[in-house]
Parts: sequence; structure tokens; C-alpha cells
Amino acid sequence: MERTIRRKRKAVVDTDMCVACGCCVKVCPMEAIEIWRGIAARVAEEKCVGCGKCARECPASVIEIREEGERR
Amino acid sequence: MKKHWYDYMWIVSLAYLILGFFNILFAWLGLLCFFIPLLISAVKGTKGYCNRYCGRGQLFGLLGGRVGLSRKRDIPKWMKSRGFRYGFLAFFFVMFFQMLWNTYLVFVGTADLKQVVTLLWTFKLPWQWAYHGTLFHPGVAQFAFGFYSVMLTSTILGLITMVLFKPRSWCVYCPMGTMTQMICRVRNGRK
Ligand code: SF4
Ligand code: SF4
Ligand code: SF4
Repeated sequence: MERTIRRKRKAVVDTDMCVACGCCVKVCPMEAIEIWRGIAARVAEEKCVGCGKCARECPASVIEIREEGERR
Repeated sequence: MKKHWYDYMWIVSLAYLILGFFNILFAWLGLLCFFIPLLISAVKGTKGYCNRYCGRGQLFGLLGGRVGLSRKRDIPKWMKSRGFRYGFLAFFFVMFFQMLWNTYLVFVGTADLKQVVTLLWTFKLPWQWAYHGTLFHPGVAQFAFGFYSVMLTSTILGLITMVLFKPRSWCVYCPMGTMTQMICRVRNGRK
């Protein structure tokens, strides 16, 4: 039943295309995103739980939820 | 997520649009949404206005989100390209200066006050019901009509893209958003 390997999912921002509107910041339940210097969104990986709320909200659709290998 | 006072700025934005139907001179207040974002980005080097205070963005977020007036589709690629965003900003500027020029003509007396609101830079709507004379020069009113046209036009464009794409699609090509991001880029350095 329990899977031993669970992949972590994280939000990844295409910073080049980000318009720094901050919509993602407002919806993140973990407060894992900030707008860095008014240029682009930046995700604090350690806080992000990969819920995907930000990706759904982003008007430019430049956030992707990617899986990464479990490290522990 | 805690609510802050500035999460209710959408009420101010809505009130602004409504007031323009009663007295066009209120349109002058809209200058605040030009100068505040620019000041924040120039002085603080952030997009604090977009990220926190902008009522227009909140209004679209609300109508498209909670009220459900948005299809929530991805915006087409070309609309988020730099070319389109900067191009729209440039177009916006040209139209803005044209509006200032028309105001100037009224100020110097070359042209008469036109009590119309121009939508999408094309459609002229009679709007005399919102004008009851002014203690100031008619040019003051001309600017109000022109500026309100800008605000209403951008609201309509924003509503259209809200319905078609994500609620806050307007923020992708909003001239103020593009401009403040540009200022931050220049000020804080690329990287
Ligand atoms: S995926 Fe969820 S937790 Fe991670 S940044 Fe986006 S909204 Fe926040
Ligand atoms: S919502 Fe999208 S475009 Fe806006 S700041 Fe976040 S990642 Fe960038
Ligand atoms: S991009 Fe424009 S509409 Fe969106 S939050 Fe910024 S100023 Fe407001």
C-alpha cells in the first residue's frame, strides 16, 4: 500500500517569461514564493509542497510543477 | 492566508469606474495608479504596487476567480512575449500622448471640449451626463474625459482577456506592470 519512493513535487518558474505580477505569491499556502526585486518570482524550494496552486493562478502560465527524486 | 487592508483595494477600483459615470472630474484620481506604481518601483525597486495594492488586478482576480467569469485557459504564447508586451506599452504611450495633446488643444483654446469617452481608441460614446461644468478651465475636464477613456478601455480589454484566459491575464500585458518591471530590471540589474 505505502509507496516507499515518493517523488517530491516542486514549483519551477520560467523567470525569463515571468511578469512579476505576484498572483502566485498571493495564493501560495506555504508562503514559499516571493517576487525578487520586482523582476521575477522565486520559489523557496524547502517551503514548497508542490500543491500547484501557484501554477493554476499564474496569468502567464509560466510555473511548472516538476517532480524531483526523493533524496533521503 | 491573512487578509490585509490592501486586499480590499478592488473596492476603490470599482468605485473609481462607477464615479466616472456620475462626475467625470473624478477621473483625475486615476493618476494615482500611474504615479504610485512608478514611484514604488523607482524608489524601492520592487513591484510592490502590483504585488500588493493594485485594485484593478484584484478586481479581475475576484471576478474571474470567485465569481467564475473566466475560462482559466492559458494565455497564447505571443501575448506574453516581450515583443507584444513592450509593443503594447509603446502603443499605449502613443495613445496617451495623443490624449495629452488633445487636452493641450483645449487648454490653449484651439479645440472645444468634447464630452465623449473614447473606447478602445475608436468608439466615441457621448458622456455629457457626467459633466456639470467646472470651476476650472475646460481643459481640466478634457483631460478627465481622456483619462477616463484610458481607464475604461483598459478595463474592457482586461475583462475580455479575463474571460478568455486566466482571471488576471491583463497583468501580463498591463502597461503599468510592464513599465514597473522594466524599471526594476534597469535599477536592480539584469540576472
Ligand atoms: S506549488 Fe504550492 S507550495 Fe509550492 S510554491 Fe506553488 S503554491 Fe506554493
Ligand atoms: S503569477 Fe506567474 S507571472 Fe506572476 S509573478 Fe508568479 S510566476 Fe510570475
Ligand atoms: S500588472 Fe497592472 S493590473 Fe496587474 S497588478 Fe500590476 S498594475 Fe495592477
